[in-house]
Amino acid sequence: MTTQLTENIRKIAARLLSEKTVDAVIGFREGSVPLMAEPVIIRDPKDAEGLVFDSFCGVNLANYLPGRKERIGIAAKGCDSRNIVTHLVENQAKRENLFIIGVPCTGMADRRKVRKALGGDVSSAREEGDEIVAAGPAGEVRLAKKEVLQDNCKTCTHRNPVISDEMAGEPVPEQEGVDRYADVRAVEALENEARWKHFEEIMSGCIRCYACRNACPLCYCPTCFVDDSKPQWVGKSLDKTDTRTFHFLRAFHCAGRCTDCGACERACPVGIPVRQFTKKLLKDCEELYGWEAGVLPGVRPPLDVFKLDDPQDFIR
Amino acid sequence: MRLLQLSHSDLTRGVEALRKAFRVEAPLPERDHFVFGPLPAGAALDLSAANTRLSAKSVIYPASEKMLRVSLDPAKEDHHVYREADKDYSPRAVLGIRPCDARAFTLVKPNFDNREYRDPYWVRSYECSTFVGLACKSPCSTCFCTSAGGGPFDTAGLDVLLAESGEGFIAQVLTEKGEALAAAAGWSAAAPEGAEAALSAMKAEADARIVSRIETEKIPGKTILSLFDAPFWDDAAFACINCGACTYLCPTCWCFDIQDEAHENEGVRMRNWDSCMFPLFTLHGSGHNPRPNKTARVRQRFMHKLKYYGDKYGGGIHCTGCGRCVTHCPVNIDIRRIASLMNGYEPDNACAL
Repeated sequence: MTTQLTENIRKIAARLLSEKTVDAVIGFREGSVPLMAEPVIIRDPKDAEGLVFDSFCGVNLANYLPGRKERIGIAAKGCDSRNIVTHLVENQAKRENLFIIGVPCTGMADRRKVRKALGGDVSSAREEGDEIVAAGPAGEVRLAKKEVLQDNCKTCTHRNPVISDEMAGEPVPEQEGVDRYADVRAVEALENEARWKHFEEIMSGCIRCYACRNACPLCYCPTCFVDDSKPQWVGKSLDKTDTRTFHFLRAFHCAGRCTDCGACERACPVGIPVRQFTKKLLKDCEELYGWEAGVLPGVRPPLDVFKLDDPQDFIR
Repeated sequence: MRLLQLSHSDLTRGVEALRKAFRVEAPLPERDHFVFGPLPAGAALDLSAANTRLSAKSVIYPASEKMLRVSLDPAKEDHHVYREADKDYSPRAVLGIRPCDARAFTLVKPNFDNREYRDPYWVRSYECSTFVGLACKSPCSTCFCTSAGGGPFDTAGLDVLLAESGEGFIAQVLTEKGEALAAAAGWSAAAPEGAEAALSAMKAEADARIVSRIETEKIPGKTILSLFDAPFWDDAAFACINCGACTYLCPTCWCFDIQDEAHENEGVRMRNWDSCMFPLFTLHGSGHNPRPNKTARVRQRFMHKLKYYGDKYGGGIHCTGCGRCVTHCPVNIDIRRIASLMNGYEPDNACAL
């Protein structure tokens, strides 16, 4: 079933390409496996027919913008749009080269949760209204979408794009009264030793594939510190200290910039809750600087600037 | 080949008996999945996983492996001389490996063990291992082993293959190593008459449950350059984020990087899995990178799997159809889709000169 959003994205993309407003459009095409969609770039208006949008389009498309020289149309959910704002602030994209197709979003399905609910392999899945209808070993199951959302989508307060040139649909109501930091408070409440153990446990099994980093729109450095070889800062084995160094340092590089889009966690092939490394920093930035990343176009993130009224009570 | 009948308690008792003569490795639960590792004392063998998240290659070829050690401490014998790192090559039983992963060892063997080179670490680790497979009666929707040269009951690379049947298992003892393992496990009850027919029927049923395919039939007949220069690579590679998930989960990806690490007076030379998806993989000391962009890297991965491997080692593809890369790619790059692009590609002017 083609949704109205999909129809509208196709129409806008075809028009942008045929009127040569942009050189290419970045969106999604139908996935080859259930619960997935594949990011795609199209240049021919005819290819707009292949674009889709549904609850399986969880990849953050802002990740595909840095380094592009052409004029790009891009389908942007709330989180994608916030990362586009961040790219603009950090000079990774030029506003005049972008046409942002705003896509109101009601959250993305977490394929691991669906797999778990089905008790194994998911052989097909489709979206019907507020439900995900998925087939598994025990036959077809109807799951309430809100039960199988990605964790970050459950607490998202920016489902509508914060910046767009044309909306592909009516804005959706934002979630009210969500507790965004219950998980962080639970970790904060732990004694030092238990907190260390918590992070050790969630990091166990990391294979250093860097899917988390590479899926992250913030990680556009030409050479990541873990890849530097002259000098080499970090060991390459599965040594715990090196693995910690990677995760913790990467998280700190994202402080004040992370939009909690969940790309890292979504990408991890071994199920590490990667957002646990960045979320405390989100909370700190909100509490210390009243800051939410990617919401204010043109404003540099707090750790990137100095202001006289910055709180200084932590400098002793 | 000999057929044995095992009850569940035969299996449990057998595993305990094997511990006396073998190091036992098996699928172990970790977070929301399973990975191979040494079965802890007292732990029961859990064969409930459809497959392990990471392939069984790590048993033979760990993600990070010490090769040599060195000490600069003059008080130590052999100081300043690289010596082989301590390793345990005593007999090992690998239990519950799926046929796709066992077959993968036969695909990577020509690389690690051939007339020119014998990789001592891989070869010794492989040779000390006995593989007890578990046939797949409920393959996943992303399994395409039957079109990749194997199958859910394939015995390639295995010493014993267990197939669940009735209240237990039918065990095919396939090799001398398998015989030795069965003896050590105390498995000796011959399968009842008709077991062979039952096995064939189960195999046929499982084969029929493989619904996914990889199309590669026409790839051997195409030239490397025509495929290399094919116009679809940019589109096929667009979504790729150049992470190493596919290569690290893959049972046949074999590339590694050698690193030295030192702490105070002690050092090791190790090898770690590497990935052709990483820009660093081909970065020269000069700063030049012959595979400078993701299209080049994605093309390399699939050309190697589906074209170069077959051309070099005499047929077949460097893929067992386990489906891990398909299921776990964060951006839905699908080897089946790329294989069908390669398989169906006909250059417009192939003969125009």
